[in-house]
Amino acid sequence: MNFLEIFKESWRSLKANKLRSLLTTLGVIIGVAAVIVMIAISAGTEATIAESIYSLGSNLVFISSSFSRVGPNQGPQPQQGGLVYDDVAAIREKVKGVTGATVDQQASVTVRYNSTTLDGVTLIGTTPDYPTVRGLEVASGRYFNETELERAQKVAVLGKTIAQNLFGESDPIGQSIMVNKTRLTVIGVMAEKGLVGGTDFDQLIYTPIKVVFQKFTPSQFARFMGDRVRQITVSVDPKANLDDVVQQINLLLATRHGVTLDSPDFSIRTQADIVKAREETTQTFRNLLIWVASVSLIVGGIGIMNIMLVSVSERTREIGLRQALGATPWDIHLQFLTEALMLSLVGGVIGMLAGIGGSFLFGKLSEMRTVIVPSAIGLAFGSAALVGIFFGFLPARRAAMLDPIVALRHE
Amino acid sequence: MDTPLIIQTISLKKFYGAGETQVIALAGIDLEIHQGELVAVMGPSGSGKSTLLNILACLDQPSEGHYYLNGTDVSSLNRTELAFIRSSKLGMVFQSYNLLPRLTALENVMLPLFYRRENRLSPAQNRERAIAALDIVGLSGRTHHYPNQLSGGQQQRVAIARALINNPVLILADEPTGNLDSHASAEIMELFQQLHEQGRTILIVTHEHEVADQTERILTLRDGALVSDHSNGKSRKSERPSSQPAVEVPHELS
Repeated sequence: MNFLEIFKESWRSLKANKLRSLLTTLGVIIGVAAVIVMIAISAGTEATIAESIYSLGSNLVFISSSFSRVGPNQGPQPQQGGLVYDDVAAIREKVKGVTGATVDQQASVTVRYNSTTLDGVTLIGTTPDYPTVRGLEVASGRYFNETELERAQKVAVLGKTIAQNLFGESDPIGQSIMVNKTRLTVIGVMAEKGLVGGTDFDQLIYTPIKVVFQKFTPSQFARFMGDRVRQITVSVDPKANLDDVVQQINLLLATRHGVTLDSPDFSIRTQADIVKAREETTQTFRNLLIWVASVSLIVGGIGIMNIMLVSVSERTREIGLRQALGATPWDIHLQFLTEALMLSLVGGVIGMLAGIGGSFLFGKLSEMRTVIVPSAIGLAFGSAALVGIFFGFLPARRAAMLDPIVALRHE
Repeated sequence: MDTPLIIQTISLKKFYGAGETQVIALAGIDLEIHQGELVAVMGPSGSGKSTLLNILACLDQPSEGHYYLNGTDVSSLNRTELAFIRSSKLGMVFQSYNLLPRLTALENVMLPLFYRRENRLSPAQNRERAIAALDIVGLSGRTHHYPNQLSGGQQQRVAIARALINNPVLILADEPTGNLDSHASAEIMELFQQLHEQGRTILIVTHEHEVADQTERILTLRDGALVSDHSNGKSRKSERPSSQPAVEVPHELS
């Protein structure tokens, strides 16, 4: 007896009960499809996260001041020490492999132009290489330059949405806007960027950071503390070794701030770190989904076991006959195991197609993105096969253990 | 007798249960059946004829004693080894035919080839063989009929063709005419006669005297013991092929 014959024989038995076989495999179909769709959704979510983080610009390193919370409702405050504005220039000059370093300091402001007033707008003080590092483009006019930065000239570049809200269809360039009590001249409008990593770049007003230091730092105390910044963004040459650059920055800043690397007053994260951190937050959710999918696969397996047990008891006489005609217990075992395996594999194939189709449809019809992962298809299909073998074992064993005399007498 | 022994049992015993509730199904059977014999086993229900048949068919093992089938002691083989013996040496015919309803007559006949271990043939040869076997039982025109499209007598013929397919040394029939009317019964017995004339060794368990009378030797069992073993007087053909019988088209049917 060879495997081809066993397969043919099993196929014939399953075909004899088409509807029942199909219904039995439904559990496996749903399980396999669910595993594939769930993994496609979580892979899609991860791809979206990674993309949004990398669209900030490529090969970035983020240096942040370490914060300590001082009392309730006061928000994060820079510790004694922390990053200062001059660190940016130092990094630019002294660290090899750095193509740009920028900084931003934000303030929530009220903006007024003619009769239009916008509250709670984010004013972002940066350096001239900010658009390069962050991958932003100027749509009209220009960004401010080094001279304007150094002289703290009161100029502003508007995010697209802000420009539309304040000026509508008219040209904002050359106009003056009131930001809190300071008058800024609009010199450019940024191209549309959209929501990236939780920040809507179209809702920002860009200005030289020294303007923010001088006019928009919240308290006299903070001003006294010096030109502190929360975050420095460094772009790294793609050819440079990222770890090496991070190490250089670590050493440089530790020396400048007079702290040890064991207790730094800053922290450095690469984009990969951020992607990983974000993925970890979706991990739990993804695991839950995969568990649910696995449970349905197991339920499918129990369905197969159930129907195989029914099949064994229905075909007791047939089993007895086969034994009488020379089938060994192993022949019988193999035949029923093959039938169970076939049920689960047929379910696996249908489930695979349903899962691929479902992932595709889900991606088209919903807001969520799906990425079909080939290894997930393999995993789901393999699990289906394992389920078939595992849950087919008991019924097959029961069939093989039947006493031919009793089985032949069975009505 | 000069022909080889097909069945030889030596004080074959079968017990069920133990202690005071022990039932003795076979109380020590000594039996010899030679190649080419057509034998009937009779006896009331409970006489042990089913138990004897199961042991002779290698479906069961004796509690004590020995059973030599075609010279091999099969009394202490395990289930797998017994299956090999059933596959290579035995052909079984049942009262209720036991054809698989979803297979055609031809496929039913081919079923034992599926479990054959030695001298496996190509699918084409298997088919040829099955067609030849159906030809012997006179059903060469019914190869693609399903069992429910055949009469009881025809179904039993298919079952006999199936028993012949592996060219067994012994054919065991358990009440082969029990489900048939007298006309079909006569046809089946005639078929057994023909096979017998070709030199087949056949043992038929029956409770019908009409059936037993058409055999050449009648064994009677009572309470697990062989109480009579007499020749039926109906002489068989003196000329028997000395070689192993083979599945071939007999001239009567061709």
